[in-house]
Amino acid sequence: MSLIELDNITKTYDLGEVQVPVLKGVSMQVGRGELVALMGASGSGKSTLMNILGCLDRPTSGSYTLDGQEISELSSDQRAHVRNEKIGFVFQSFNLLARTTALENVTMPLTYAGRSIPDKEAKARGIEILAKVGLGDRLHHYPSQMSGGQQQRVAIARSLINRPPLLFADEPTGNLDSKTSDEVLEMFQKLNEEEGITIIIVTHSIEVGQWAKRAITMRDGLIESGAYAERTAAAAQQFLATHPA
Amino acid sequence: MRSIRTFKTAIVALRRNVMRAVLTTLGIVIGVGAVIAMMEVGNGSSSLIQKQISSMGANNLVIFSGSSNTGGISSGAGSNMRLTPDDAEAIAINCPAIKAVAPVVGSRTQIVYGGKNWVPQNMQGTTPAFLEVRDWPVTEGEAFTERDVLQRARVCLIGTTLVRELFGGQSPVGQEMRVNGIGFRVVGVLAAKGANMMGQDQDDVLIAPWTTIKYRVSGTSVSNTNQSAAGSSSGGTASASPQSPSDIYPNVTVSKYPARNAQQTKNNPMPIRFANIDRINASAVSADQIDTAIKQMTDVLRERHRLAPNEPDDFQIRSLTEFSTMLASTTGTMKSLLLFVATISLIVGGVGIMNIMLVSVTERTREIGLRMAVGARGGDILRQFLTESVVLCLLGGAIGIGLGIGASWLVTYLLNWPTESSPGAILAAVAVSAFVGVVFGFYPAWKAAKLDPIEALRYE
Repeated sequence: MSLIELDNITKTYDLGEVQVPVLKGVSMQVGRGELVALMGASGSGKSTLMNILGCLDRPTSGSYTLDGQEISELSSDQRAHVRNEKIGFVFQSFNLLARTTALENVTMPLTYAGRSIPDKEAKARGIEILAKVGLGDRLHHYPSQMSGGQQQRVAIARSLINRPPLLFADEPTGNLDSKTSDEVLEMFQKLNEEEGITIIIVTHSIEVGQWAKRAITMRDGLIESGAYAERTAAAAQQFLATHPA
Repeated sequence: MRSIRTFKTAIVALRRNVMRAVLTTLGIVIGVGAVIAMMEVGNGSSSLIQKQISSMGANNLVIFSGSSNTGGISSGAGSNMRLTPDDAEAIAINCPAIKAVAPVVGSRTQIVYGGKNWVPQNMQGTTPAFLEVRDWPVTEGEAFTERDVLQRARVCLIGTTLVRELFGGQSPVGQEMRVNGIGFRVVGVLAAKGANMMGQDQDDVLIAPWTTIKYRVSGTSVSNTNQSAAGSSSGGTASASPQSPSDIYPNVTVSKYPARNAQQTKNNPMPIRFANIDRINASAVSADQIDTAIKQMTDVLRERHRLAPNEPDDFQIRSLTEFSTMLASTTGTMKSLLLFVATISLIVGGVGIMNIMLVSVTERTREIGLRMAVGARGGDILRQFLTESVVLCLLGGAIGIGLGIGASWLVTYLLNWPTESSPGAILAAVAVSAFVGVVFGFYPAWKAAKLDPIEALRYE
């Protein structure tokens, strides 16, 4: 059973007068423990696909199964719950809360957890995760006192606080120099290998894409290549049968 | 647990921009401060006005004897003499709505001092409690005592008009004057009260122990007393003027029966008449307690006079309803004026809060997007911003209360105006600022909650 299964997902933006189709029937799978790069030029629909994969948006049609749960019909509150439990986000611009310590930034998502977590436990978890990303000595630093790489590592720690099975990184190295980029990407690799977290890195950079074991490339609202990791002949047959060219 | 965390988040968010939080809440601070200060000053002046009006007698109640009715002929109010000093005492003990009570006997007679004479409009025999009933301080000398009442002491208090007319403005304390021929020592001078509502000079008065007036001066009740004119039925010796009509037409009833000798008196003792009085003056604890006071006094008096449930009252209680209505409307007008001003200033403050909260929501769009991305639902965001605005308003309210109390203290200190703290206003201020926080914080919070996480995250 794959972690992510998309079946013929479409997304059309309704701008009143005109209908703008952005995703024109995307089908793909991501298995557990994969490290995937989602690539494509701007306007290819990769951001829209990421928003749908990240449960931030809902598709116009098609089915999306995440961890065995059908997502496409969920209400926004239910999707918020799914995001909280199953998905971690890392953004290009870090999106840390200003004038808030690293530890507080990291434990912030626990506020919205379905079950309430005692402050003590939240703090312990935050410290543990910050140590894991190598910031054990910067618990009480503010974002303004940290370098870009450190800030992004705080953001990674924040995305991991709820122990999600899936992690999205949207251009995680876009604001970093090449050296710290490598550090951050190494960290993703390590998390993927050691913790078995499924990671999807959204990027337009070839170098970043090369860190992934598989690249999904998009073009004009469709997946150009890499939609399925490995496909048995039977599966391919079935795929061809259900998706006539 | 969750609400505590929301509260903490709100505090953290507000601490991130202390200066702006302070400026935002300034409207509420000033609004609440003004309300509290006005309430305290207003309460002070309104209780001063109340005090002044009640010194005019707004809280006063007067109990008269009822009318006697013999063979269908009524003799009018006060003719059925059933009130006793004990009644007054019983009222004092048994009526919690009564502040003070005093028995009163009236008289009217001439006073002579040196070469001058004068007939005061009011000559009243009573107890020291009368001064409390009428809220009438003694400015010079001191009041007579309960002991004087028991001893029928020949002491009296006089009003300023008498001081002017008899003593030519010199201090009368310790002087002796003659009232109906009896020597009275003046022990004190009553504070000037001026004319009452009817235009009657209230300072034209002499107050003495009721026993003295009753047994030494008038010798009988007020119903047939005007010593100055009559003098006949009085126990007093000198009539004021030999040419008065009562000398020409004496109204002394000629005794139709021979006097009883000692043996007869012993065999058939006459019932002892209790000392009846003309009226009882009482004052209620406050103007709005007057109805309660009347009810309590009625119960006490009916019981003491042993009236069966179907018998009519043998007394009448009168209150100065006109005064008390005026009093109530004065304070009512004052209160609603204050409330009106308070409402306006709090609305202005609330609009300020809404304004800044809207700015804050726009400014923190990315933060909202992030919080939504990590799992905050619309409701969580709504609650967070609402909590922020309520906390802001409550803090503003607290500071405002402090400022208001400070301002009213300053007013007392510098201008010497009376102020009176008002716990009700403080409670109301807290409640109102929380309410303002909710009402004016709701729209910005709702706007925040309705944001689309994708657009919010992309917002620059």
